[in-house]
Amino acid sequence: MSGPGTNKLGGRLSTLQAALVVARRDFAAVLLSRSFVFFLLGPLFMLGVTLMASGVGQSVERSVSRPVLGVALPGADSAALRQAEGRLGVQLDEALPVLIALEASPGTTPEQLLQANASRASAVMTGSLDHPVLTGPSDLIAEWRGPVAVLAAEARSAVLAPYPEIRLAPTPNKAAAIDRVGRMRTAQSGQTLLFLLTMLLAGMVLSNLVEEKANKIIEVLAAAIPMDALFLGKLFAMLAISFVGIAVWGAAGATLLLAGGRSLADLTEPAVGWPLFIALGVIYFASAYLLLGSVFLTIGSMASTVREVQTLSMPVTMLQLLVFFFASFAMSNPGSPLELAAALVPFSSPYAMLARAAQEPELGQHLLAIGWQVAWVALFIRFGARLFRTRVMKSGPAGTHRRRWFRREAA
Amino acid sequence: MKMELGTWDATGNAPDRQTAAVMTDHPLAIEARGLVKRFDGFTAVDGVDLSVPEGAIYGVLGPNGAGKTTTLRMLLGIIDPDEGYRRVLGTLRPHDVAYAIGYLPEERGLYPAMKAYEAIAFVGALRGLPLAEGRRRGRALLEEHGLGFAADRQIRQLSKGMAQQVQILGCLVHEPRLVVFDEPFSGLDAINQGKLEKMMRGLAERGTTVIFSTHVIAHAERLCDGIAIIAGGKVPFAGPVDVARDRIPAQVRLETRAADGPWRAALPADSRHDRKLDGSSFFTFPLPESGIEPLLRALIEGEAGILSLSIERAGLHDAFVSIAGEAAARALEENPEEEPRR
Repeated sequence: MSGPGTNKLGGRLSTLQAALVVARRDFAAVLLSRSFVFFLLGPLFMLGVTLMASGVGQSVERSVSRPVLGVALPGADSAALRQAEGRLGVQLDEALPVLIALEASPGTTPEQLLQANASRASAVMTGSLDHPVLTGPSDLIAEWRGPVAVLAAEARSAVLAPYPEIRLAPTPNKAAAIDRVGRMRTAQSGQTLLFLLTMLLAGMVLSNLVEEKANKIIEVLAAAIPMDALFLGKLFAMLAISFVGIAVWGAAGATLLLAGGRSLADLTEPAVGWPLFIALGVIYFASAYLLLGSVFLTIGSMASTVREVQTLSMPVTMLQLLVFFFASFAMSNPGSPLELAAALVPFSSPYAMLARAAQEPELGQHLLAIGWQVAWVALFIRFGARLFRTRVMKSGPAGTHRRRWFRREAA
Repeated sequence: MKMELGTWDATGNAPDRQTAAVMTDHPLAIEARGLVKRFDGFTAVDGVDLSVPEGAIYGVLGPNGAGKTTTLRMLLGIIDPDEGYRRVLGTLRPHDVAYAIGYLPEERGLYPAMKAYEAIAFVGALRGLPLAEGRRRGRALLEEHGLGFAADRQIRQLSKGMAQQVQILGCLVHEPRLVVFDEPFSGLDAINQGKLEKMMRGLAERGTTVIFSTHVIAHAERLCDGIAIIAGGKVPFAGPVDVARDRIPAQVRLETRAADGPWRAALPADSRHDRKLDGSSFFTFPLPESGIEPLLRALIEGEAGILSLSIERAGLHDAFVSIAGEAAARALEENPEEEPRR
């Protein structure tokens, strides 16, 4: 090895370069850990179970909970009604009640019929095709009034009316009139997804510095690079990890959706268009993640055990839930002072602005918002790093914090 | 390159910056003046001055909890002093020269899942060395120090001593101009302690400044050009090892056939007298200020029957105990209410 100070290859690292050294190490370490594989598989497993449960549920609902209409008509009428049900079922499907034939002895009242067949029929149809009578719970018979009239009319008709083949000509959403309700739904979906991902992934940062302290490597890091770079590096690493997670989950989710015959087209197209909306979604996710992550990182750095982390992070999690509700509520009043406040408050800003992207086509406001959020991220990192140095590393001149906060110490 | 630290203040007080520079003929790698650090009202370091010339091996000695680690952390910029300043490799901001500094903290720490050569490369990368070069040097350093077989092993698979050696190599991978070791010998067996001493000498020979803290005085005595003794957060002595040893007068050990005679008047009044079984006498006393010749003359003329006479210079350990003890007593006098130091 050559003499000291002759290290031509190295040199002073900028904060960003130092952050990247930390980020690279953390990224590789987390990505290659077994716990990350389980972390990735966790939501996929949950999603699979949820889809299976919902499929089974729907099937059960279809077979069990669909109400049945008992038919107690004279023989010919009953047969004609069943034939009409067969013909109309193709067109109207679930709009029609499920029919079952009931045996009625002479003199039996509809109420007695209903009572005798309570386990099978929710209501009964008596009388004739010309004068049908529906007996049953008022809301149910009111709902069935129309379909039963159509069925009876079809059954009475001597000539079978041919139903024409209808050609479907869907219009693209963009060409359609602005669908405020649809866009609201898109905004809501975007916000919810953003919130869930942020909460799921920001939690990963929490125990990161605790591990670092447990490994006692924090002193090596703190001696070599500024604390700001350490915090920034950890956030970058976790952000990159979260993108890996989103890519995996996104791909799996999209595959499942496509396999289920669904797509983004089921949602109303956002005002800025899907590509830009998705791009803004990624940026606002990064922003929301960094904002929350920097707070969690500070908490993690202050705690010395995972239990302490959990205790300290609970209020922040609750607060984040409130912020989400605030942003969701504000979204329903576009342009109101409340909505403006949601866009300005750093923690709710990403949610509020994503909702705006779904509802308003202007792009300039997003540049402004992203700049605003980045400034807050920088501020939180600075604050977290300083807090870490003063409280955990036991440093920082007392009484001069404010002065030193805004300027670098003169060399 | 053993360095002559020159005529330090005879009282052992650190010379001021200008005189230190003149005295040493070397620019200072570290210069600290009036460093103070308080934690929650407790003064851990109270006005520390240090001057470490470039290329020196410098020891920071002190009992446990004396403020050694806090001082080193301030020098490295891990924490900032509440008062005073430190200039490290010419700058007041140690992080600006982090690429030229290596640091082994007292609490050793490496990522358990990292391979040994990767761990070395990572520490180098933190100091600005490109990762690929760090990996190459990491493997080379491990080979050079007999740990080549462990290069691809994870840190968690290494013994504590081996992991510590890996961390020490990590301090050196970027070829720093200044190396700071906090208690580097703790956790190492005698053989590896010897290797580390040799490594430190080698670094100094190549011009690297080595500063280390220890409470094991023997290492400092063998290695150091200069030392600072920290006790009670203060530095009661800073200077060359010889000057520290000279703070305690040399001891004279005299063995005579006769137990008494007029020659006894030449011995200091506080000399200790032990009688041996064979009738001879053994005296121990500090070397008189007048020197040994008048005493020797009196013994010969008085026919004391000198069996043996030796002058033993005080060791650094004795000097350390004396200086640190005095400092602790002074601190207790000044602040009788203060709790024992952490």
